[in-house]
Amino acid sequence: MGIFAVTIEMAIMWLISLTLMYLAISKQYEPLLLLPIGFGILLANLPLTQLMEPDEGLIWRFYHYGIEWEIIPPLIFLGLGALTDFGPLLSQPRLIFLGAAAQAGVYVTFFAATSFGFTLEEAATIGIIGGADGPTTIFLAAKLAPQLLGACAVAAYSYMALVPIIQPPIMRLLTTENERLIRMKKGRKIGAREKLFFPIVASFVIILLVPASAPLIAMFMLGNLFRESKVVERLTDAAQNALMNIVTIFLGLSVGATMNSENFLRTEVIFIFFLGLFAFMIGTATGVILAKIMNVFTSNKINPLIGAAGVSAVPMAARVVQRMGAEADKKNNLLMFAMGPNIAGVIGTVIAAGIFLTLLK
Amino acid sequence: MAQEVLAALSGNIWKVLVDKGDTVEEDDELFIVEALKMEIPIYAPCDGTISDVKVKKGEAVEEDDVLAIID
Repeated sequence: MGIFAVTIEMAIMWLISLTLMYLAISKQYEPLLLLPIGFGILLANLPLTQLMEPDEGLIWRFYHYGIEWEIIPPLIFLGLGALTDFGPLLSQPRLIFLGAAAQAGVYVTFFAATSFGFTLEEAATIGIIGGADGPTTIFLAAKLAPQLLGACAVAAYSYMALVPIIQPPIMRLLTTENERLIRMKKGRKIGAREKLFFPIVASFVIILLVPASAPLIAMFMLGNLFRESKVVERLTDAAQNALMNIVTIFLGLSVGATMNSENFLRTEVIFIFFLGLFAFMIGTATGVILAKIMNVFTSNKINPLIGAAGVSAVPMAARVVQRMGAEADKKNNLLMFAMGPNIAGVIGTVIAAGIFLTLLK
Repeated sequence: MAQEVLAALSGNIWKVLVDKGDTVEEDDELFIVEALKMEIPIYAPCDGTISDVKVKKGEAVEEDDVLAIID
C-alpha cells in the first residue's frame, strides 16, 4: 500500500506543493502556472503511482512528449505572439536597447553560477531565469539541464509573481525624484502595415543570426503574424485562448511532476533560488541604468523607470513601472512606454537562450 | 471656453464617473480606463462643467480620443 512507502522527504515536498497551491489560490501568485505545478509536485511525491514511470506513466507522457520533445514551450510562444502588440516598441525602437540591457541579469548570473560550481549548461539554465520568461526557461532547461528544470521553472514563475516586490526598491535606489517625474514624448504612430511586416522581417533577421532560437522565435512571430494580418481571426483566437490554455495545463502539470524529492531537496536548489533572485535584481538595475545613460545623449528624455520593464515579466513589470511613475506624478502614464522594453526583453531572452544553445550544445 | 478631456492612453472605459451637467475641479477623476488589467484614472484638465460625455462604460478608446467636454 502506498502509505507504507511514504518518506519524510516526500512529506516535505507535500508541504511545498501545498504552499505553492496556497500562493496560487489565496494570493493569486501566477495561478495559471503555480496551481498545476503545485499539484504536479504532489503527484510526483506520492509513492507507487507510476505516474512518472518512463514509457508508462500518464504524467511522464505529458512531460516526455510535451517538454522533452520541446513542443509545449513553442506553442506557448505561438499564443504569446498572438497576444503581443509590437506597437509600443516600433513606436520608439530605441527602447530595444533597454530590453537588451536587462538581459545582463542573465549573463551576470550565468558567470556567478559557474563560480558556485554549476556546470556551464546548468549555469546557463539558472541564468535564463533572469529573463523572467517561463517557457524559455523550460525550453532551455529541457535541452541543457533537465535535472534543474523543476527548480528553475518554479523560481522563474515565483519571481515573476514577486516582481512588484523585487523591483521597486531597486528602481527607487537608482533613480532621482526628478528622473521619475520625466514625462515621455509619444513616439510615432505605427500603421497596420508596419505591424504586419514586423514579424516577417524579425523572423528573417533573428533566425538568420541565431538559428537555435528558431523554435521559439518562429512560433512567436507566426502568432504575431496571425494577429496583425487580421485575416485569420479564428486562428488568432485559438492561439490566444484555447491553445494557450490547453498547453498551459500540460506545461504546469509536467513541470511540477519533475520535482520529486530526489531532484528538489538538494542544496543546489537553494543556490538556484538565490541566483534567480539575483538575476532579476541585476536585470532591473541594468535596464534602469542604461536608460539613465541614454538620457545623457538625447534631449528626448526617457523615464529611467521603464528600463526595469526590460525584465520581461509581461506585463507585470510594465505595471510596476506605471505604478511607480504614477506615485511620483499621478498624471504620468508610463504603461505603454514600458511595454516597449517589456516586449523587447522577451525577444532578448529568447536570443540569449539561442546563444547559450549554440555555444553549449 | 470649452476644453476637451482626452484619453491619456488606449484601453477600455472601465468607469464613467461624471455626468453631463456635473461641476468638476481640475484634477478630479472623470473616467477610469482599463489597460493591461490596470485601472488608470483620467483627470479633469481644468475647472468647469461637463457639457458632454462622449463615451460609455465598456467602450474601447485610443490615446487622444475625446472623452468629454468641459465648459
